[in-house]
Amino acid sequence: MIFSFDLLINGIVSGILIGGFYAAVTCGVSLSFGILDIVNIAQPAFIILGSYVCYILNADFGIDPIVTSIIMLPAFYALGAAIYQVYYVAFERHGQESLRGLAFFFGLLFITEVTLVLYFGVDYRYVQAAYIGPTWHFGFIDLPMRLLVPCLVSLLLIAVLQLILTRSFVGRAIMAVAQDQLALRLMAIDPVRIKRIAFAISIATASLAGAFLIIIQPVEPSVGREYIGRVFAICVLGGMGSLPGTVIAAMLIGIVESLTATFYGPSWAPAVSFGFLLLTLAVRPAGLLGR
Amino acid sequence: MRSLPFLLISLALGAAAFAGAMSLGNDYIFFAGYVVLQYVVLSTAWNILGGYCGYVNFGSAAFFALGAYSTVAVYQSVEAYEFPHVVPVPILILVGGVVSGIIGLGMGYLTLRLRGAFFAIATLALAVVLQTLVVNWDFVGGSRGAYIIRPETIGPIGAYVRYLALLMLLLAIGSLNVARLIERSRLGYGFATIRDDEQAAEAAGVPTLRLKLIATTISGALMGMAGAPFPYYIGYLQPSSTFGLDYAVNSIAMPLIGGTTSWVGPLIGTLLLGSLQQYVTVTISSAANLLVVGGLLVFFVVLAPNGIIGLFHKYLQRKPDDFVGRRRIDPEAPAGTAAPASDAASGSAP
Repeated sequence: MIFSFDLLINGIVSGILIGGFYAAVTCGVSLSFGILDIVNIAQPAFIILGSYVCYILNADFGIDPIVTSIIMLPAFYALGAAIYQVYYVAFERHGQESLRGLAFFFGLLFITEVTLVLYFGVDYRYVQAAYIGPTWHFGFIDLPMRLLVPCLVSLLLIAVLQLILTRSFVGRAIMAVAQDQLALRLMAIDPVRIKRIAFAISIATASLAGAFLIIIQPVEPSVGREYIGRVFAICVLGGMGSLPGTVIAAMLIGIVESLTATFYGPSWAPAVSFGFLLLTLAVRPAGLLGR
Repeated sequence: MRSLPFLLISLALGAAAFAGAMSLGNDYIFFAGYVVLQYVVLSTAWNILGGYCGYVNFGSAAFFALGAYSTVAVYQSVEAYEFPHVVPVPILILVGGVVSGIIGLGMGYLTLRLRGAFFAIATLALAVVLQTLVVNWDFVGGSRGAYIIRPETIGPIGAYVRYLALLMLLLAIGSLNVARLIERSRLGYGFATIRDDEQAAEAAGVPTLRLKLIATTISGALMGMAGAPFPYYIGYLQPSSTFGLDYAVNSIAMPLIGGTTSWVGPLIGTLLLGSLQQYVTVTISSAANLLVVGGLLVFFVVLAPNGIIGLFHKYLQRKPDDFVGRRRIDPEAPAGTAAPASDAASGSAP
């Protein structure tokens, strides 16, 4: 009995750590899908792109992946702004975003993924850093550093994002654009500009999430596909655009997946989080902390 | 054109195409043709839900795989009695259609309240749940995959792949006829009201709930039927490729590139994109063919939102408009905006 108790506690701990990482992966979608109603289904592909940038700089110059991802934030921000501009001109301005916008991002997902496959092949890539490998032990609890570091940095990232959203002028304008665009325009703020900033931030988070991903596990181009459903599961479960809700939902999914993997085998883990999503959608579409 | 003459004409065209392919005497054309025809069925099925009702289904691969795996399940249970190949493929197609249709109905029930992006995400989730179930189901091979041993030849046609291509041709003709029939019936008009404004349709007394269930069932069943002969075609079935996003992206890209409002769109899109993919797979690589799909999909949704059919309609309608515009007002200004302005000017002058 005491043995399975150990397993249970360790499962929960690693679930929380993984959950922190999931929160970083999801916060971009919480911004774009939750607040702006842009169904950016290609977010995981941008995360993989971030992983590969980290891999290149790590393999060639030995730069720490997290440092790389922070340096690359402006580049991802610019990429996000450019994508939003295309999206706005082609779809949002005509009010045709729902079906065609989805297809547009689905296409982007494939273009990014296949381009990576053509350049790097389908081999698994990994990075090297001092904190990958060692594990801290507290009694019977194991804290692998490769999970702990991404989890902490990710929580920091979400705290910063939450501060930006609630305290800064632009952040409040982003929250407002979700509620009433006309009112924003009457306040002499350009809603399109605000949305572009918000979407660009959401893509910028993919840079950090990509670094976490390649720290946690080896990456190949199609790994991102596993995350599409999981990311949206967490986003919907957390209540669409609420960052605290995203963190709670991410931890919940992390724990459930980790316990399922521990007690029933890893092959069942994906179905559990997606089952969660289907249940949430069927029973309480507003999510845990819905707006 | 009425539906019976259309059915006869499409059958005649199909027979002519098959006879033409037979006379070439090269089996490759059947291998490639099978894949293209399979996508005709998939994209037509997707379009019944996605194009007519406006509900985007990302789970096409799941329904396709359900059809394929129901074939494997039947094969495995028959093999236990040591008389393989007693179940003819047409019956397997029916079985696959029934299984996928039931799951489609279930998906419809589960996602009744969901609209737009939420529906799309739910279908994606459903695909992953089904894949996990299949991966953990050892009877159909689990994650190791399953082998199907098919006969080398069959009766008077020759190579077995010819027989499979013939079945897929009939299935494609059937699904095109079904889609065309739906389009011109009360059902199709009901679907269109859901696509244009679901709330208004409901307020006007359209049974949107029942119509959506019908659409998910028909669409799912057709996709399952497209998947049922697949194990016999490929010989070795494995979950990660059968549930692959490739089927999902193709069955979305083909109708969107062709045009989603009528049965012609998916057909044009598939013939174009499917043949192009076969060409790219052979000449460059199979990774590049996904790049082509993704690129064309983005290109078309950005620049030609109504697909090839939309371009065609625009071309037909553009001419008289331009003519009127050139004769009456300044060619630089669009006809619609300039006309009232000139009226207002002439009105205020006296």
